[in-house]
Amino acid sequence: MNDTSTFDEMWGRDDVLRRPYRNFNAWFDVEDPKRLRAKQREAEELFRLTGITFNVYGRAEAEERLIPFDIIPRIIAGQEWQRLCRGIEQRVRAINAFLHDIYHGQEIIKAGRIPIEMIANNEAFLPQMMGVDPPGGIYTHIVGIDLVRTGDDQFYVLEDNARTPSGVSYMLENRETMLRMFPELFSQNRVQPVQSYPTDLRRSLAACAPSKAGGSPTVAVLTPGIYNSAYYEHAFLADQMGVELVEGHDLQIVDGRVAMRTTQGYKPIDVIYRRIDDDFLDPLNFNPESQLGVPGIMDVYRSGGITIANAPGTGIADDKAIYSYMPEIVEFYTGERPLLENVPTWRCSDKDSLAYVLDNLADLVVKEVHGSGGYGMLIGPTSSKRELSEFRQKLIARPGNYIAQPTLALSTVPIFSRAGLAPRHVDLRPYVLVSPEGIRITPGGLTRVALKKGSLVVNSSQGGGTKDTWVLED
Amino acid sequence: MLGKTANGLYWMFRYLERAENTSRLVETGERIALTRLGATDSEWRSVLQTAGSIEAFDEKHETTTKEAAIDWLLRSPDNPSSVLSAIKAARQNARLVRTALTHEVWEATNSAYIDAKTVLARAVPARDLPQVLGAIRQKTALVRGATHGTMLRNDIYDFARIGTFLERADNTARILDVKYYVLLPSVMSVGSSIDNMQWETILRSVSARGGFRMSYGSTLHPRDIAQFLILDGRMPRSLGFCVSKIRGNLDYLAKNYDIHPPSCENVARIEQDFLNMDIDAIFRFGLHEFIQKILGHFSALGAQIEIDFRFSE
Repeated sequence: MNDTSTFDEMWGRDDVLRRPYRNFNAWFDVEDPKRLRAKQREAEELFRLTGITFNVYGRAEAEERLIPFDIIPRIIAGQEWQRLCRGIEQRVRAINAFLHDIYHGQEIIKAGRIPIEMIANNEAFLPQMMGVDPPGGIYTHIVGIDLVRTGDDQFYVLEDNARTPSGVSYMLENRETMLRMFPELFSQNRVQPVQSYPTDLRRSLAACAPSKAGGSPTVAVLTPGIYNSAYYEHAFLADQMGVELVEGHDLQIVDGRVAMRTTQGYKPIDVIYRRIDDDFLDPLNFNPESQLGVPGIMDVYRSGGITIANAPGTGIADDKAIYSYMPEIVEFYTGERPLLENVPTWRCSDKDSLAYVLDNLADLVVKEVHGSGGYGMLIGPTSSKRELSEFRQKLIARPGNYIAQPTLALSTVPIFSRAGLAPRHVDLRPYVLVSPEGIRITPGGLTRVALKKGSLVVNSSQGGGTKDTWVLED
Repeated sequence: MLGKTANGLYWMFRYLERAENTSRLVETGERIALTRLGATDSEWRSVLQTAGSIEAFDEKHETTTKEAAIDWLLRSPDNPSSVLSAIKAARQNARLVRTALTHEVWEATNSAYIDAKTVLARAVPARDLPQVLGAIRQKTALVRGATHGTMLRNDIYDFARIGTFLERADNTARILDVKYYVLLPSVMSVGSSIDNMQWETILRSVSARGGFRMSYGSTLHPRDIAQFLILDGRMPRSLGFCVSKIRGNLDYLAKNYDIHPPSCENVARIEQDFLNMDIDAIFRFGLHEFIQKILGHFSALGAQIEIDFRFSE
């Protein structure tokens, strides 16, 4: 907190309690730390019992682990949130327009705002989607925009998640847990509710159904199965929405429709919320080895027989190389200045940028263009000489595979540590639903927190935890 | 409902029932060992046989010791019917059908698994056995209670019940299959102490001592025991009771879905051909042959249900 380069969301830069935390602080001051410690354990018990676990990749037997939960809420003022929402909405509109353009006229390329190689040489680009019109014109039905904060008014978009953003079940369960453990906090603070997310999601998906689906479209969640790292979330969302949770082998094309095998025969589906990657979606059209998908689903999709959410090929919009063009993309499609800032990004495919990155490697964060989950990235300031020189070799060998960004002084939020409140770095992933009825952003989102002191890596696969995120009614 | 979900529910409840049955067999085996009436090793072998896993056990073990048998039945990952394996499988199926379960049923199942994993992490010393087995059965009973108290009476419930009672019928039949010879009419009207011990073992392994005493008093007679375990409609682990429950739930499904599936025929035939006679007729038919035949029909019924309700492709 005394570190003047870091903005703390509770204490600011100068150790002055910020407004949104006033009520909370008054409560915390008179709480017995022993009781809180017991509550922290109780929370873990609750999570374990509910089975909110994720599976760790790269282990022989799929092992289920809990994501650590911290009981101190992260609190955002209503006004701050409204400002963020405007920026998020603008960005999400631009992403959808960009996807439509890329898979139709490619005006943005003709206008010279994005080089054609960015698309043509990109694995996330699906030529099979050219000229396809997704029902309702929506490409990204569910978006997660990863934000970081560096000051009172400074937010940056770190990453757009336009494929299948995960983590929303944690947002909901974190709130559920806080309500159960500290009901008094919710009468002392007016916290905007998040619980309607599953209902909103279902309504939003149904609104995107193909026009021939009729009044009450059948929605299903498609999961790769119980060994997937996010299986809990898939089951949770299907359960909360009251829809079936299907796997590829439950589905078949029957009379030109995608249908699920029920105890009473095959029943057609209108909207599929898929939690499997494009590549596995359809062995006839994409990866022929895939056991997870549905042979022929793309043909039904192209004929307008089913809505796939998110649409195949949306990955072209959240690629880390495309990310660096987001300010241009927002301007091109909305005609407005971007409300949310991008982190300055060097594309290592560019010769001058690469030279700069190599010269300043120790101060930069370098990420793989197609990577996710914090794997395969370099954080210059906390890396050893050896790690730096190893990474340098990788960069020189395949510069096009990397982008670099300055190390931001990410804001901190207190966690409940053995020594009391202790600041830790956080990010925020708000969840956005898009349908022809409009854009809906759930107030708050998922706050991920780096539990290790000083660490900037918040990914759960790398030892990060989560917190309940409050947006106050002003 | 998805065919896969029906399959998951059916197996979730079969495995839960199996976990309880196996734990009851261990308890019974331990009890015999303590009374020192039988030749212990052969008793453990008959327990293993009843649990349907003697061949697999022999593949992994040179000799049969009490410790090895108990560990095999309680914890062995090589034994898919061990208490721990069965609870694990029940919970895995519960994850698969999470959307069909109430919160209470899922949490009770998950909690049973978490506890079983903890108490069965290492070999259980003999003196802790009663307490460990008791704790596990209490947890599985909680799942049953939550199922009873919170689940809608719809097709979800029907598949859960069919799984439960098919497993239970199978288990009771297998106990009779292994022990039929001690129930055969003998020239002696009063059993020896070894006979008495054997008869009591049978009743214990289906938690039926109290119920039997209520119905028949304190004198054990093999004919009564056979009658009680095969035909008695009040005894919740008798073949007759289990089959009538399966029929009930299949009938609900048939009505609900407006179909008449072949499995309904299967179950009607079992009732007609096997459970519609008195116990003397069964003895005349041959107790062993009767049991063997009915076991075959149970397995055919299970297979037919999987087809009728599209459990898999």
